[in-house]
Amino acid sequence: MSARIDAVFAKDRPAFVAYIMGGDPDAETSQRVMNALPDAGVDIIELGFPFTDPMADGPVIEEAGIRARKAGATLTSVLEMAKTFRAQDTDTPIILMGYANPVYQMGYEAFSDAASLAGVDGAIIVDLPPEEDGPLRQAMDARDMSLIRLATPTTDAARLPLVVSGSSGFVYYVSMTGVTGGALESGGSVAEQVARVRDAANLPVIVGFGVKTPDRAAEIGRDADGVVVGSAIVRALHEDGETKALELVRSLADATHAAR
Amino acid sequence: MNESWPDERGRFGDYGGRFVAETLMPPILSLEKAYEDAKADPAFQAEFDDFMTHYVGRPSPLYFAERLTDHAGGARIYFKRDELNHTGAHKINNCLGQLLLAKRMGKRRIIAETGAGQHGVATATVAARLGIDCIVYMGATDIVRQKPNVFRMRLLGAEVRAVHSGTATLKDAMNEALRDWVTNVSDTFYCIGTVAGPHPYPAMVRDFQAVIGHEARAQVLEREGRLPDAVVACIGGGSNAMGLFHAFVPDTDVRLIGVEAAGRGVKSGLHAASLNGGKPGILHGNRTYLLQDENGQIADAHSISAGLDYPGIGPEHAHLHDIGRAEYVSATDDEALEHFQLCAKLEGILPALEPSHAIPRTLDLAKELGPDGLIIMNMCGRGDKDVFTIADALGEDIAEGTEA
Repeated sequence: MSARIDAVFAKDRPAFVAYIMGGDPDAETSQRVMNALPDAGVDIIELGFPFTDPMADGPVIEEAGIRARKAGATLTSVLEMAKTFRAQDTDTPIILMGYANPVYQMGYEAFSDAASLAGVDGAIIVDLPPEEDGPLRQAMDARDMSLIRLATPTTDAARLPLVVSGSSGFVYYVSMTGVTGGALESGGSVAEQVARVRDAANLPVIVGFGVKTPDRAAEIGRDADGVVVGSAIVRALHEDGETKALELVRSLADATHAAR
Repeated sequence: MNESWPDERGRFGDYGGRFVAETLMPPILSLEKAYEDAKADPAFQAEFDDFMTHYVGRPSPLYFAERLTDHAGGARIYFKRDELNHTGAHKINNCLGQLLLAKRMGKRRIIAETGAGQHGVATATVAARLGIDCIVYMGATDIVRQKPNVFRMRLLGAEVRAVHSGTATLKDAMNEALRDWVTNVSDTFYCIGTVAGPHPYPAMVRDFQAVIGHEARAQVLEREGRLPDAVVACIGGGSNAMGLFHAFVPDTDVRLIGVEAAGRGVKSGLHAASLNGGKPGILHGNRTYLLQDENGQIADAHSISAGLDYPGIGPEHAHLHDIGRAEYVSATDDEALEHFQLCAKLEGILPALEPSHAIPRTLDLAKELGPDGLIIMNMCGRGDKDVFTIADALGEDIAEGTEA
């Protein structure tokens, strides 16, 4: 759907996707970090918007959301961040990531309008499975944005076609059953899983959840079309500051790009 | 009229559905299928009925509350005595059903969330009886408020895990239980304690609790020769109310009245009245009325009762509210405390703080209906667990045995 997303996967290398929580720890810092991500090697930015009850997230993302909310972040302010970023970078795709209720309160049409105006390319709404995402999908499709679906190890062969049908841009493969920031199961199964999803979807497959180190990013990058890192970056930003966090992003991006 | 919902997508009108992470969709779909199979299996129903009779102690009595009736000076007031069930509340009806289903599905590990601890105790009890491992998530604030139930769960062999995130109450315990389920989907059964969550939970919990209303309906016909004018129940998530209401939904002359916790008053902002003070939104796997701000962030609920201290409500109640089939009113912390004491002194029954909210509105209604009227109120839990909270609120020191 989005030309910006297609352009990323047209490059002959695995994409590196970085997640940050919009507004964490405050609006100015978060904007600065976001603006610096492309120069640190990030191909796609996943921009989180906070929610009080992040049921699928681990403690690192949950605490980032609490800090962001305390600093006044809302879905509206996170859309403003995207708009500010887009004024200085016209190439890097922005994917919003969060939970359904803030979007539902804004209204699916109003959200899609605002996101489109802000230069957003897509969204991942964790608690909108295929059975419930129709109205938002239609609103976003009409504005050439992608509502990206998640596939997981529990998504069996019978269900996979439903999950991938209607997904656009790419499929996000959650490589483990668990919350964000958990431990990734090691072993060769990710390659098989990625192949399984890619065959069903005919779309690029990016892999996230549990990737913390450049070595692991490289390992995933050999098999997948892209690697997502979230909790490790959010933790580095909180514990070590902007400079160190961007250094980590650079090392993860380099390792991913060099994977094959 | 109630046979037509939920639909195949788990919708009660605009409410319900399945708003969960993709990881949980396959286990929820297999749970739905397992429940449909169990419902159609006479052996499952027979096992459920046998435990209900000999372990839970059903049917619970329908008791004529003569002195409260005299006190109100109006309609005849009956209590459906679900506080006489094993473990002291209606919660065990649902736990028994879900855990028998878990056993049938071959699950070896049960997780549950609890607010007041009654659902946790009931889950731990049935898990002990069936020999299944049990982990209960409970907000750290509620652990302090409901110490006796925490100890009871541990005595029953359950592991109680304190949840410190968010407001450290029921909604956060539910978040944590969902996280556990996402992580351990292969061997774990999530026993939800109320008529909320992703489909099929709201319908399944209602079905297991519907025994309350079916018994009450038959009992009142036998005692009074007619249906009541109204049935009344307190509402947190709404399982005891839905259990009482369900059999009466087709009886359109019977008013269905739910009493939400108004905390320090609905206008104060410090309450748990989702229907009276909230608006539709998406949380914990369903679309329903929620306490929330204009940005869709979930607001904190406030109630003296840990069991009602939840910012949402079951989706079937949201639907009954919108179509006007049920009426939803509220009672404050102070009213609950006052009527707890009134019920204790007039009837010799210590109600839990949860049904203590239903008593003031039952008395109002009795006056409104007059002496020809007939009301059934669900006495859904007993107050033993609340004596520390109540002593604290009344300024009494239990250890000293002195009055303030």
